[in-house]
Amino acid sequence: MSDSACLPASASAVPATKVASRHSVLVRLTHWITALCFLALLVSGVEIVISHPRFYWGETGNNLTPTLFKIPIPASRNLVPTGYGYVLPDQNGWSRYLHFQAAWVAVLTGLVYLIWGLFTGYLGRSLLPRKGQLSWREFSDEIGKHLRFERPGEAEAWSYNLLQRIAYLFVIFVLFPMIIWTGLAMSPAFVSAVPAAVNVLGGQQSARTLHFFITLALVAFLLVHIVMVWLAGFRSRMRAMITGTAIAGGAGAQESAHD
Amino acid sequence: MTEPSSGNAGPKKISRRKLIAAGLGAAAGVSALGAGAELAQKYGLIPPDHRGIYGLGETLTYASQRLLTRHSLAREFSRSQISERPFPNEMAPPSEAFKRLQSGGFADWRLTIDGLVARPAAFSLDQIRSYPSRSQITMIQCEEGWSYIAEWHGVQLSHVLDLVGPLPQARYVVYFSLEPDWWDSIDMADALHPQTFLTYGMNGGDLPVGNGGPLRLRVPRQIGYKNVKFITHMTVTDTMKKFGKGLGSASPEGGYAWYAGI
Repeated sequence: MSDSACLPASASAVPATKVASRHSVLVRLTHWITALCFLALLVSGVEIVISHPRFYWGETGNNLTPTLFKIPIPASRNLVPTGYGYVLPDQNGWSRYLHFQAAWVAVLTGLVYLIWGLFTGYLGRSLLPRKGQLSWREFSDEIGKHLRFERPGEAEAWSYNLLQRIAYLFVIFVLFPMIIWTGLAMSPAFVSAVPAAVNVLGGQQSARTLHFFITLALVAFLLVHIVMVWLAGFRSRMRAMITGTAIAGGAGAQESAHD
Repeated sequence: MTEPSSGNAGPKKISRRKLIAAGLGAAAGVSALGAGAELAQKYGLIPPDHRGIYGLGETLTYASQRLLTRHSLAREFSRSQISERPFPNEMAPPSEAFKRLQSGGFADWRLTIDGLVARPAAFSLDQIRSYPSRSQITMIQCEEGWSYIAEWHGVQLSHVLDLVGPLPQARYVVYFSLEPDWWDSIDMADALHPQTFLTYGMNGGDLPVGNGGPLRLRVPRQIGYKNVKFITHMTVTDTMKKFGKGLGSASPEGGYAWYAGI
């Protein structure tokens, strides 16, 4: 086994077990930085929401106006009419500092990923559905496999399946831009320069409410993502995203080790 | 467990050319950073609370928004959008000093302006009301998440600053509430901004005490806590080092960012 491990990738016969590269350094780095930032944004975001767990639609809303909906939790400010008899500790100061700092790091990391992904063709190769992959047949096959909780085959250790590609594309090109946009739309300074950013969303409180819903969508993605990693084999997938390598072997080993 | 660790690639050799290129790149990067920091300092893009673990985010936010918004105007709304219920936020009970001034109809209220100005002065409310009155229908939004829109009446801070004559080296205006330990500061771009008001009226009447009356600073491009209530004192300065812990306002000392345009 240790003999075969140092064979070049082009070795014609695939050995029974072989360690090969799966994720590049850039993908792994940006993945974990983004994961850390998301955790920081989520924790600080929850802290900020706790100071006013009421949501509105339109431009304005406050403790004296009707709500669109309320989260049934106590608040960290005593003037919020929550109906609970107590007030949670106020954590907004560091939460706001951390929220914006993590947002900056996440956005800059995302830019590096995007520029690199476009420049190297990684996005087109690994995330865009392959030619012929976009068919109803492929779709229903893939959905069926997921519904049956089938463990993914060997090929998926080396390349993303169709639903994965669509989910990642949706997060990267729809949810991430939307969460940044709705966040900026709440900034009075930013919208003084770009008023359309908030006006087309229907107002500053609408932006806040949308920011909350997009967060829920991102959390849903994260949960499904973790469950999928678990089902696919937690150790092998974590190994691929941390060390960058995966173990090839068994039937159906694929040569595409560059995703 | 004894799998060979690395994959098919042998140990990588770093060529001399790569090493030199990397060295040059690093040197260029460091000098660019240095030059950037110097330029940022010169153009006032470094906030007073730029140190500490959150200094990076705070500096990026302040610098980018300052570049983007130097002359931009906060959104203004139509009369029909004015909130019927302008929520006055919680406040500590007014101090004895405030109650005394209130019982005299605020006739003895004074706003003193000193520091780096040619003509330090004290203004009564009547004097402030006699200056050209302006109105703006703008939103005030709290960092907690709630907001309201009101029509605010006052005098542009730039008008009053003109009367005292800030010196050329002025960089910040520090403002103090009558209530203890309540002070903040803004840079000159915000201080001289046409929508930065010394506000004494709201929705056609006097500014209610709950909303900051008799005198509140309105900085509509920043969120609620920069809009300090019960203003009695202002100081023009070139450095925030002499004030409190030198972080620009009482906010960072309580854990909040000095710059609150977001």
